Amino acid sequence: MVNSVIKRIVGGDVRAAAKLIRDIEDGVTGTRETLKALHRHTGKAYVIGITGAPGVGKSTLVDQMIYGLRVRGKTVGVLAVDPTSPFSGGAILGDRIRMQRHSLDEGVFVRSLATRGQFGGLTQSTRSAIDVMDAMGKDYIIVETVGVGQDEVDIAKSSDITVIVVVPGMGDHIQAIKAGIFEVGDIFVINKADRPDAGKTFNDLKTMFDIAKKRSKRQDWEPPILMAEAANNKGIAELLNEVEKYRKNRKMLSHEAVIRHEQSAIHNELLDMIKNRLIEDVLNHITNSPDFKTYLDCIMDGTKDPYSVCDELLSAKLSLIDDEYTEELKSMNARGAQE
Amino acid sequence: MNTGKKIKVLISVVGLDGHFTGAEIVSSFLMDVGMEVVYLGIYQTPEMIVNAAIEESVDVIGISSHASNYEQIGLILDLMKKNDLTDIPLICGGTIPKRDAEALLKRGVSKIFPPQSSSESIVDYIISCVKR
Repeated sequence: MVNSVIKRIVGGDVRAAAKLIRDIEDGVTGTRETLKALHRHTGKAYVIGITGAPGVGKSTLVDQMIYGLRVRGKTVGVLAVDPTSPFSGGAILGDRIRMQRHSLDEGVFVRSLATRGQFGGLTQSTRSAIDVMDAMGKDYIIVETVGVGQDEVDIAKSSDITVIVVVPGMGDHIQAIKAGIFEVGDIFVINKADRPDAGKTFNDLKTMFDIAKKRSKRQDWEPPILMAEAANNKGIAELLNEVEKYRKNRKMLSHEAVIRHEQSAIHNELLDMIKNRLIEDVLNHITNSPDFKTYLDCIMDGTKDPYSVCDELLSAKLSLIDDEYTEELKSMNARGAQE
Repeated sequence: MNTGKKIKVLISVVGLDGHFTGAEIVSSFLMDVGMEVVYLGIYQTPEMIVNAAIEESVDVIGISSHASNYEQIGLILDLMKKNDLTDIPLICGGTIPKRDAEALLKRGVSKIFPPQSSSESIVDYIISCVKR
């Protein structure tokens, strides 16, 4: 079963891949087994993260990038992430609208993802979805996210290159510092550059870089600031050229630097995976236990406080999951306390 | 707590029909009940709609129609059959005269919601489709 799915995905079958991504999002049991088997077919695609505030034109830019990459004979996968409503849990995924002209192109696979998870699951499911498109043999995978949270920054970090999109007139450079995405940008694009103030935005960014450069450990690459009008297909070729330049620049790094970079990426990815898995398992375990409701009632009627309940639930349920694990956790805590 | 399974619906307007308000209203109340809506907007060809349904792995396709272009809806059904997507219900809403509605239902549309259908009736129907 798993084998035939893997075979179809590696063969480029869109339906099988789409279905697997859906299962990843829905947390369907058994998906992990498929991902395990799929993993050895990954690692070939180049992952471009595109992030920026809502309305800066990310989807339009991505649409033009797809076009540019297709002209260069490359196949493209796109993961367009839109936010889940914190009120209803639903989402309107509208990024495709700007990319629908590629809909019938077999070399392009566009997929929308909603942020969904309440505890950082997005990073995990996006990474897995990247793996699926990678295994399909896509040359480039573009991940588009709204750059407003830790999750988005994490996704940017897990890409091979991160492009930050800004527009003229959207606050000064202090906003960029606050957003905390500044540090992860490898290329900056000022979109809608036909607007007034584009020059000022350029200068603001440039000043930021000059300040940042003094404290940056990053000597090997100075992030370029590009002007673009995605809607008019202006500045896209320059952007794709810079992407290639960066890609080549990475290849020129010393062997040690590459290894170091890879190690830290794997380290982060693995830690994320463990973290998500732990939270998911423990939360499921606790919330599905019959005591959970009783505890809630106790807090409700004031016989217990939430702090104590948290302690009790964790100590009781963790030991149920695995005694050995609890021991491990205790010793970890003890070590942590010593440090 | 768990992300869990969510209902995913594709909403689109087909052909040279430019009436997007209905489609957007439906999209937003589906979101409000916790569904994920892939919204394609207007001027979509049947091919674009069916391909998006495949790439997005949706549970239901909803077409808003206000421009008498029922043949286009029929073409979507044909393509769905061709692509083995018959397990996905296609629902329609909008100003569709009774005679055309009957023809579409006969051709394979699962349900048609005429003007003044309540949002609850649409939500309930989608939920019942997915449960099946």
